[in-house]
Amino acid sequence: MSCFILRRTLSAGVVIFGVVTVIFVLSRLIGDPIALMIQPGMTVADIEELRAIWNLDAPIPEQFIRFLGSALTGDFGLSIWQGQPALGLVLESLPATLLLTSAALLGALLLALVLGSLAAIKRDSMLDRTLMSLTLFGQSVPNFWLALMLVLVVSVHFHLLPPAGYGTGSHLVLPAIALGLFPLARLTRLVRAELLDVLSQDYIRTARSKGIAPWLILVRHCLRNIAISLVTVIAVDFGTLMGGAVVTETIFAWPGMGRLMIDAISHRDFPIMQAGAFVVALVVVLTSLIADITYAIINPRIRYA
Amino acid sequence: MHDATQINTYPQKQGFRVRLPRLYGTRMLFSEILSIAFLAVLIVLALLSPWIVPFNPTEADILSNLLSPSLSSEFGGPPHLLGTDVLGRDVFSGIVYGTRVSLIVALAAVLGAGVLGIIIGLIAGYARGWTDEVVMRLVDVQLAFPFILLAIMIMYILGPGLLNIIIVLIVAKWPIYARVARAEAMRHASSDFVLAATSMGAGHGRIIFRHILPNALTPLIVVAAFAVPQMIMYEAALSFLGLGLPPDQISWGSMLAAGRSVLEQAWWVATFPGLAIMGTILSINILGEALRKRVGPSSDID
Repeated sequence: MSCFILRRTLSAGVVIFGVVTVIFVLSRLIGDPIALMIQPGMTVADIEELRAIWNLDAPIPEQFIRFLGSALTGDFGLSIWQGQPALGLVLESLPATLLLTSAALLGALLLALVLGSLAAIKRDSMLDRTLMSLTLFGQSVPNFWLALMLVLVVSVHFHLLPPAGYGTGSHLVLPAIALGLFPLARLTRLVRAELLDVLSQDYIRTARSKGIAPWLILVRHCLRNIAISLVTVIAVDFGTLMGGAVVTETIFAWPGMGRLMIDAISHRDFPIMQAGAFVVALVVVLTSLIADITYAIINPRIRYA
Repeated sequence: MHDATQINTYPQKQGFRVRLPRLYGTRMLFSEILSIAFLAVLIVLALLSPWIVPFNPTEADILSNLLSPSLSSEFGGPPHLLGTDVLGRDVFSGIVYGTRVSLIVALAAVLGAGVLGIIIGLIAGYARGWTDEVVMRLVDVQLAFPFILLAIMIMYILGPGLLNIIIVLIVAKWPIYARVARAEAMRHASSDFVLAATSMGAGHGRIIFRHILPNALTPLIVVAAFAVPQMIMYEAALSFLGLGLPPDQISWGSMLAAGRSVLEQAWWVATFPGLAIMGTILSINILGEALRKRVGPSSDID
């Protein structure tokens, strides 16, 4: 077991190293960062000094090692636009993004469990076919357009919920729906498919023949068994959602990382983009690491696979 | 999985006289025919857009800005069927022109990412060892970056433009093909036909591309079918954020962005391009699903 965890952690470490490398390469491709910092009235000597401060006079391998060191200690330099440490700004906006993505994912999961179970139990019924058509539909709506339509109908037309902002629960509803529809559709299909698989197993027939109440079979025997594959998919979806949140946050003026990144673009603030990409990649890698380890603890068979 | 048993159990309505054509031996559903028709119209629009549009979609006409959709024209000339945006540009013409960008980007990106990912994946799965290890770690690194974040950085470096969007999408999407191709290569590498080819003296390249690739093609085509709508959605998202095409070029995403700023006064500017995106994606999803049901069910490729 500890061997599995060690191996999995090591490969997560390799991935994080790769992530930092990619960010470094991108940051050097972008051209001379000093060009963005030059103030009017600077002499050539001033610029050279600035270059030395940022280590840009060193050979590339040395620059890379230093970048690696500072990235691992969380130092991505000062934000060009706000003059504060870039990582600090990103971490300040991380909770808002996590709140939005987990609300969307949790809502989607709970609803998907109910809808997916209904569809699986009433297989091939009118209900099942309607639900499956709806999920295909739900996977086809771009989240940013859904967001605009929600604002248009719910906020502008009916004045039910605030169109943008942050703070109260009512501000969370629309962005979470906009972000959560796609995973809801995907998870509903997944729950249905996995349940149909489980329902045809022998132990379900045994449970039925023992006279256990159908809902108890569903909860005790079926849902428990599909939990494992759900965990893996949700871990992957979590990363996708953090990316999708960028667009949703911009529309709803949600003070999360996504909006920070978009603002960073308009201010040509590369340190924030670097720090943001690093933090999100870290969250994604750690989520899948935790999912894999949980998976191995729940299901001993996987450790040797 | 369960879908396999379902293939031939479509309900056959008794009074239904029209017999729909078959695809892979199973009768097509009405929704599938409708999707094909929708996409056919879209392709015609894309090819013939300069001769179809009533207005130049990039030409501002400030006198007729924010006109609501109507069948009659205010100043004579053709009507603005779907209204106009804040600069007086015709929404219908914009949507017709936007089909070009969406289809070109989606097809080019799917092809590019497919070719790249399949070659890398097949080699990794066939060679195993450290090649495989390196490729899989690369895939992991790639998948650790959520698409939009990676795209933001790359588009920032490359600048807006059609070709650059395609490059970003290829960079972002090759790992999915690589994974599937690798799994297929590993499955077939130990099979009898590969053994036979090896014993007859076939080289590695010949085995990979003449023997393994044809056998691995079916799941890869399904992956590609589901990648097309994703590409369309991503292009629209990038253009919506102002990172896709330059502002003077029309795409569905940039039209949505234009509609967003006038959402309260003019609902039509954001609504119709979005409907176009959704219709396109839905049609392709329905066809992808149709394909998956028939040629081999697998639930883990989206």
